[in-house]
Amino acid sequence: MAKTTVQEFTKGLWAEIPPFRLVLGLCPILAVTKTVENGVGMGIATTFVLVCSNVLISLLRSVIPKRVRIACFIVVIATFVTIVELVMQAFAYPLFLKLGIFIPLIVVNCIVLGRAEAFAAKHSPIPSLADGLGIGIGFTLSLTALAAVREIFGSGTFTVPVSGVALPVFGPEFQPFSFMIEAPGAFVCLGLMLCIMNMVGKK
Amino acid sequence: MREMLKLFLTIVVFSAVAGGLLATVRSATRDRIEFQQLVFVKGPTIRQIMQGSSNDPVEASFKLLDGDVERTFFAGEFDGSLNTVALETYAGGYGGEIGVVAAINVETDRIVGVGVTTHSETPGLGSRAKTDPSFSRQFEDKPVAEPFKVKADGGAIDALSGATITSRGVCQAVSEIADIYIRLKDNIIAELKS
Repeated sequence: MAKTTVQEFTKGLWAEIPPFRLVLGLCPILAVTKTVENGVGMGIATTFVLVCSNVLISLLRSVIPKRVRIACFIVVIATFVTIVELVMQAFAYPLFLKLGIFIPLIVVNCIVLGRAEAFAAKHSPIPSLADGLGIGIGFTLSLTALAAVREIFGSGTFTVPVSGVALPVFGPEFQPFSFMIEAPGAFVCLGLMLCIMNMVGKK
Repeated sequence: MREMLKLFLTIVVFSAVAGGLLATVRSATRDRIEFQQLVFVKGPTIRQIMQGSSNDPVEASFKLLDGDVERTFFAGEFDGSLNTVALETYAGGYGGEIGVVAAINVETDRIVGVGVTTHSETPGLGSRAKTDPSFSRQFEDKPVAEPFKVKADGGAIDALSGATITSRGVCQAVSEIADIYIRLKDNIIAELKS
């Protein structure tokens, strides 16, 4: 049964929300979600790459020979990632400094290549656009949610994206639970969120 | 054979288009990126290594020709006279080029401070060249004529553990800055006096 364009979009928001349902793209999830601002920035960068590469690969799907498709996908994805990197350096340098090495690493993000291979190479541009946008927004939401939990408990603040202002959530006598912003805290937090998602999603 | 040719040509065309596109974006954003780097990375690093100067070294910059390369110097004022210059160069590190600024006192010909600006070294290992002051402090007060090398290469600089290539890169950049300084010293002093 063919899904409608709207369904292709909305599946990324819950049914196939990337880190929680597909459990893909964990490297950036664990590495950059120390503050909400980083999470949102990473999510938007990935969404841009995902949408552009999905549409382009879908348009070129009849031109790309099967045997070299992965190489072609990587060239397309790497090009968009480098564009994001340059544009981010030009217009959002402080964010680039924080995300640093994780921006070029979007090239090897399983979500982007996974959508290209599993979806865009088999569907026409409009559904591919919807798919990329849905998965991208789902990824951004997950990063934001995880980052919010980690930042609120780990540093006791909530960094508003764009303005970069860190709002204190608890009073001044709050003792930060700094385990949450360390790498193991990311695993524990992700695990607990997966657990909650599965409990809620269980019929 | 025709099949092979088709595969080959597809990849060639893809790469060529991608390369052309990236070159366009790169040249369109270059000026802005350089400006942003000056504001967010180079500026703070230059101010930090010339801490205590009575002027803003980033504002007091001048350019000199070194052969056919134009180099930007930042002048710092200490004890009432412009007697310190900082310069940036790049050297190969582990994850790409490392930008290094070093400030030199023109009266004593000694290094005042060294700082890393832009880099893409491994977080936690090579990135400590920027964040760990005990590494960059080793360069302080060394005469510029001295070769800057890590201990493994027979020099006097303790490399960062786990990041010898990064440390070597920083040493190489500082040596290059010292060479440029020695080469252009007369012009620098003339520029500082004017």
